Amino acid sequence: MIDFFLGHYGYWFAILLMCLGLYGAIMKKNLIKKLIGIAIFQTSIIIFFVASSSKWGATVPIFDEKIGVANTAKYINPLPHTLMLTAIVVGVATMGVAFALVISIFQKYKTLDESVLLKRMKKDNDI
Amino acid sequence: MNIQSFYTSFVPLYAVLVSLIAAPLIILSSKKRNLREFWTIAASLIKFGLVVSLVPNALLNKIAELSIVEISPGIELALKADPFGVFFALVASGLWIFTSFYSIGYVRGLKDHKQTRYFFYFAICLSSTIGVAFAANLLTFVVFYEILTIATYPLVIHKEDEKSIKAGRKYLAYTLTAGSLLIAATAVTYQITNNLDFKAGGIFENIVLSPNMAWILFLLFLGGVGVKASIMPLHSWLPTAMAAPTPVSALLHAVAVVKSGVFGVVRVVCFVFGPKLMYELGLNNILIVFAGFTIIVASLMALKQDNLKRRLAYSTISHLSYIVLGAGLLSSAAILGAIMHIAFHAVMKITLFFCAGAIYVNLHKENISELNGVGKVMPWTMGAFAVGSIGLTGIPPVNGFVSKWYIGLGALQANNLIALIILIISGLLNAAYFFPIVHRAFFRTGEGLEGKKEASPFVVVPLVITAILAVLLGICPDFLFDFYHLALRVVTNVFGGISL
Amino acid sequence: MISSNSAALTPLILLFMAVSIPIVALKKKQIAFFMVMIATSISVIISFYNIFRVLKVGTIHYHFGGWIPPIGIEYVLDPLSSFMCLVINVIALLVLIHSKKIVEMESKIKSVPYYALVLLMLCGFNGIILAGDLFNLYVFLEICSLSMYGLISVGEKQAPVAAFRYLIIGAVGSSFYLLGVGFLYITTGSLNMVDVRSIIPHLYNEPTIIVAISLMVIGFGIKMAVFPFHGWLPDAYTYAPTTSSALIAPTGTKIGAYAMLRILFFVFGVNYVSKTLHITDILAWLSAIGIIYGSIMAISQKEMKRMLAYSSVSQIGYIGLGIGLCNPMGLIGAVLHVMNHAIMKACLFLVAGNYRVKLGHSNIFKLSDNIRKKKPWTTAAFTVGALSMVGIPPTVGFFSKWYLVLGTIKNSSWVFLAVLLISSLLNAIYFFRVLEKVYLKPIRSTNLEELNMPENNKKDEVSSSALIPVLILAIALIVLGLLNTIIVKGIIEKMIPAGM
Repeated sequence: MIDFFLGHYGYWFAILLMCLGLYGAIMKKNLIKKLIGIAIFQTSIIIFFVASSSKWGATVPIFDEKIGVANTAKYINPLPHTLMLTAIVVGVATMGVAFALVISIFQKYKTLDESVLLKRMKKDNDI
Repeated sequence: MNIQSFYTSFVPLYAVLVSLIAAPLIILSSKKRNLREFWTIAASLIKFGLVVSLVPNALLNKIAELSIVEISPGIELALKADPFGVFFALVASGLWIFTSFYSIGYVRGLKDHKQTRYFFYFAICLSSTIGVAFAANLLTFVVFYEILTIATYPLVIHKEDEKSIKAGRKYLAYTLTAGSLLIAATAVTYQITNNLDFKAGGIFENIVLSPNMAWILFLLFLGGVGVKASIMPLHSWLPTAMAAPTPVSALLHAVAVVKSGVFGVVRVVCFVFGPKLMYELGLNNILIVFAGFTIIVASLMALKQDNLKRRLAYSTISHLSYIVLGAGLLSSAAILGAIMHIAFHAVMKITLFFCAGAIYVNLHKENISELNGVGKVMPWTMGAFAVGSIGLTGIPPVNGFVSKWYIGLGALQANNLIALIILIISGLLNAAYFFPIVHRAFFRTGEGLEGKKEASPFVVVPLVITAILAVLLGICPDFLFDFYHLALRVVTNVFGGISL
Repeated sequence: MISSNSAALTPLILLFMAVSIPIVALKKKQIAFFMVMIATSISVIISFYNIFRVLKVGTIHYHFGGWIPPIGIEYVLDPLSSFMCLVINVIALLVLIHSKKIVEMESKIKSVPYYALVLLMLCGFNGIILAGDLFNLYVFLEICSLSMYGLISVGEKQAPVAAFRYLIIGAVGSSFYLLGVGFLYITTGSLNMVDVRSIIPHLYNEPTIIVAISLMVIGFGIKMAVFPFHGWLPDAYTYAPTTSSALIAPTGTKIGAYAMLRILFFVFGVNYVSKTLHITDILAWLSAIGIIYGSIMAISQKEMKRMLAYSSVSQIGYIGLGIGLCNPMGLIGAVLHVMNHAIMKACLFLVAGNYRVKLGHSNIFKLSDNIRKKKPWTTAAFTVGALSMVGIPPTVGFFSKWYLVLGTIKNSSWVFLAVLLISSLLNAIYFFRVLEKVYLKPIRSTNLEELNMPENNKKDEVSSSALIPVLILAIALIVLGLLNTIIVKGIIEKMIPAGM
């Protein structure tokens, strides 16, 4: 049992981060904090992917004389890592758009607190 | 003679399309009133001509059919001019001619607003009514039935006052719900039979159907067509919808809308379930119970109405249930009577509505209590009214007697004495709510009628003609249009023979 | 060369144009519009070409760089994806034609970056539809989501907040999907959909697969705005500028629906999701709740765009329900409804935009029949769209409802049948409320002279670039309704996945 937890500590860490991020994104009132939550959430997924293809003592899958072709267990599947490069880019882009939105919200409403924001929005709707 | 043969013909499609094509023309000529009215009249005459041209073949059981386009895999938007369809189309298109003339007199007499819209939707309504009549399968029937619902709505709210808008809402609530039920019923039927084509003797004729399923399905169908047929307790939209202009009430609530409801009831009984299955499962008992209840209660409610149009509306409800009752009795004579009552009641009721409209246009009176002495001022109108009243009560020689006779005969055939008693009581009630009106009009002296004359000929001529027609049809049911033989043909097709 | 590469062309052309617009149109703003027109027209043409080719030769697999999957990336053009591409590109073209004047007029949108974003979003849509592997789908999902946030945020004052909320929920949704992809990849070792489909049957008992499918369904549920994940939608659609809402409302959620369908049936397999995991049942129930909830919320809205947004929530439910029924008729209904809803929502949102341009608002309670007198054509198009929404024949709305009803009956799911029928009645309530406003004169002011003032009756229709797309969409609703069988038989029936 303990082995199961310890053996997968990377995943557990990712899940912990995920919960943390989700909590931040949903429960926090400040828009920036929400974004931080989203960023943590996305990072946790990256960790999850990376952890899924990590191996002690293995190397990149480029043919190595010392290891040989037959010993495939010594090579790492690089695909999750490369996928995560894309995911990081996507995450950065999301953050960029999100901060642009936050700036625009702040310019219009002079607040980043969601509850205040909702009140001010409601006033606009009534007009 | 009982074998049906089919041939492809575009005539049914043309009959549907004529008024649909007239509709945009009516809009385009909205500025020129005479041209606009010309389109309406021309379309109604052409439509009637097309329908009449189908009669001889229908009598010989040669059925014109046409599938237009496949609207669902395996189901086509198809038209079929079978005797029953031709019968109903004949009634609707024939009476449209009178209504067109009458409408022109009516809206001009009142200097009504939005006349173009009025004629436009009238034309669409007629198209969809003919579509309902000629629908070859259930899905086509549903399609036209729904179009009819929507096209009638602008006519119901035509006056655009609070009352008519409320009436419109109520109308939509009832009819759209009914439409939904009908769609559900159609879909269930399709799931069971994989076939939606109407067939004399029933789609379910050779299909084993569990009794529970049959009951649910029948109730769905009844909910679908029963609202337009205004079987109690689904009737309450009809008196409310009398807020519409009188020609609308006349055509739509005596001919097109409610009649497509009862037409649907007969279609469902004879062409979907088939008399045999209905009888075996006892489904017809629902019809008899509801119809009997409606006949009596609606007549009683008619008694206490003071508004003339509302009284006519309740009378319509009661008479529609004659047809439902006839269909429910399931004997050949009763169904013959029911089918003929579709036409004959239409002729009589349209006369009465025309009279109500004429009184409204001419004297601006809507209530029965104000009608004292009107007969002396408007003798033609009230004369026609008297003829219609006599007919609906079921006194010969007006045509109401004929259809009622057959329904009564059918009740005897089915050994259903209660139905017969209901018919007799209802006749008395009819007399009780119609004759006082005639009495007031002719035998009491009214006030404030000096200097008033008969309404404009546009209004009076159609109602006199329909009244004369009612009498002629009473003396000779086959007069001009072969109503009797068409109905006879339908019944022979359904039962494979007839015994009277 | 074009014919062999046509599968991959649409996203690439759109991407290329999106990037080049800001460069080319830097000096001359007007060029941007023409470039958008060129890009979308080309993608429409290619989509047409693709769909005919798929119908002729069957599914086309396009391998990027000649790498054979599962190593290489592939695009798949099967009947489903080619159909979706066509629908989305055609709608986009029409909405963008409409945008010619509106984008400049509405607030202070800078048209050049706006159009670049639009093309980027369309590129994302096309990419999602064509992508043959799971990770590419994610990347395109993010491309279109990010552009959507941008497109929404340039609207009214509240728009950035709506966009921000959408971003938070949307980012969580796509992350969930990515996580699901991770689980799937860990278990199967492949990202290619076809490949995964062939591996997965051996792994049906693995808990990771179940985790993966749940995460993916939640992710797409958010993108698709299935109840209870719909929270972002009403605000986003309401505050976005006209063109954005008219672009995103018909297409955005459909993409989610498409991805859901693709993943459930073409990656995990029909029997697995329906019989083993019952995920489709959950989807169907959630959708059914969404249908009713959306309709009821729509009734209580006073702002037309918000009403349309809530009606989107409900209509998405139709699609979800169709997918969840998991039988051929339900699928046909769902896919047909994707097209139908895309057309009618585009039409209705454009009409709302046209009203806003002329009146400065689209508040239902402030509308009067003046708007109809001034814009008869726009309002007529709205009427057709509304009727299609309610499901009145012969509009295509009736037929998608018909197929869905057949699907529910096939599964004997009577609750869903009732939900569908009740929902169409609720739709009738909120649309006829608007129709009453725009067609009938206000009840309160009965001053006839005031109503018949000459300047009130003067036509003041929107410019032709804003009117023609609306009319095309409205006419398409009727024409496609009558011809729906061609689409159903020709394309949609070919989409039905194995095992259904």
